[in-house]
Amino acid sequence: MMNLQLNCETVRKVLIGFIDNEVRKAGFHRVVVGLSGGVDSALAASLAAEALGPENVWAILMPYRTSSPASAEHATMVVRALGIQHFSVEITPMLDAYFAQFPDADQMRRGNKMARERMTILFDHSARLGALVLGTSNKTELLLGYGTLHGDMASAVNPLGDLYKTQVRQLSRHLGVPAVIVEKQPSADLWEGQTDEAELGFTYEEVDKVLYLLVDQRYEVSEVAAAGLFDEKFVRAVARKIQTSQYKRRLPVIAKISSRTIDRDFRYARDWGR
Amino acid sequence: MRHFRLAVAQIAPTLGDLEKNLALHEKMARQAIEQSANLLVFPELSLTGYFLKDQVPSVALRADSPLLQRFRELSLRVAMVLGFVEEAPGHRFYNAAAYLEGGEIRHIHRKVYLPTYGIFDEARYLAAGDRIRAFDTALGRMAILICEDLWHPAAPAIAAWDGAEILICPSASPGRGLGQAEPFQNATTWERTLRTCGDLLTSYVVYANRVGYEDGACFWGGSEVVTPGGEPLAKARYLEEDLLLAEMDPGCLRRARVANPLLRDERMELTLRELSRIIQARQADGK
Repeated sequence: MMNLQLNCETVRKVLIGFIDNEVRKAGFHRVVVGLSGGVDSALAASLAAEALGPENVWAILMPYRTSSPASAEHATMVVRALGIQHFSVEITPMLDAYFAQFPDADQMRRGNKMARERMTILFDHSARLGALVLGTSNKTELLLGYGTLHGDMASAVNPLGDLYKTQVRQLSRHLGVPAVIVEKQPSADLWEGQTDEAELGFTYEEVDKVLYLLVDQRYEVSEVAAAGLFDEKFVRAVARKIQTSQYKRRLPVIAKISSRTIDRDFRYARDWGR
Repeated sequence: MRHFRLAVAQIAPTLGDLEKNLALHEKMARQAIEQSANLLVFPELSLTGYFLKDQVPSVALRADSPLLQRFRELSLRVAMVLGFVEEAPGHRFYNAAAYLEGGEIRHIHRKVYLPTYGIFDEARYLAAGDRIRAFDTALGRMAILICEDLWHPAAPAIAAWDGAEILICPSASPGRGLGQAEPFQNATTWERTLRTCGDLLTSYVVYANRVGYEDGACFWGGSEVVTPGGEPLAKARYLEEDLLLAEMDPGCLRRARVANPLLRDERMELTLRELSRIIQARQADGK
């Protein structure tokens, strides 16, 4: 009932084709990606380098003064291994200037601001380089709402959005992403010592299985709980996270006035005419 | 049927761009003619692309449209099955496939089963066809069943009982479901279905699937020709454009029907009787 094992070679081919196809259809041949030193952006960059050629992949490193030095080190490792274009934009001056006006802002506000600062930089360089912004959000974080709306969740094309975190790791190993990056504790690195699993309160191994049953296999919450493999409270908490973060996966809600409203009864594929 | 060479054009149409797709069809037709093919089969909605949504009325064609006229001329050189949105009188729009041969449209099949679940939304935009008919061609007696039609076992059975020797299934199947299956879970199910269909109906089955991406959905290709013994005779590549060729052999059809006279032994009156009973019982029960 639980098969999260990928046929990595097929998925690699499909995702490379996806990047190549969706980028070119939009009239581009380059992408720009924020490289954090983590496994998601390393995998997205690897796939893009294969799809478009390393010369067409621009990686931007965007450290803040509290960012872990290992993050930059690992991002640089990826850049070297792939031979992709890269540069750094320090976000400390912008962040610090802003929060000088709001000195009592908590960690969450600061973390969100960092994610959105990075987004504006990526989209600015998207225009400068004629490159689409490559998304790196995986299915686990999209379903849990563990991401910043209009921040790291913003992109033009996302090859990883239908892969759970544990599947991202499988595919990364297959593509030769350095083991130190694949195996390390995942972290948004928005503040010192932050780790995803400590913040979420469970491991990706555990939650991916529950998400797979609830979302892919359409088990009811009661059925997952009754299977006895997981604590019922945990299953209910996961289901609640999916539900409460639904807004993050949709366009803003639009008040219906006319006879044809965008995304309700005005329906076209994004690839309309492409 | 007679002996002939079949070609399947496993293409990636552009969503909603008739002119571009027309040029692609003409290119594939030239290749098929070079390969001395007698029949060229295109995938479902090959002239328009698949996830059309509100574009449906904008790309629809009447059966007498000038654009289809160009294919009539081409069909003097190679018979063709192509997919389009048909605008019928009363402004009903169908997911349709036309069989063209000798400068004429010989047959149009309107998709009967419109998938409206999961990734699919066809019944929102399209009208459902209401007939399944075999038809005679210069190459043999055939029937067209579009994609989901083949997932309702009665549909190919009716086609075979109506005398079809060759079941043609244009398709636009988006890959989904992962695992160790190559390339997707649903591709494996398709292949099993096609081969079972060939076997049980002792007919050739021609599956023409498309490739390419629409809104991130990947059409997996892997078009195939299945013998009346249920064996894959020719198989196109997964995920890539291809021109699949196969030799269609009346001897193979005959041998399969000699070995397994399943169609001879069919009990259509029994089927009809039992179906009538089930329909009446359901109506009586309000089910």
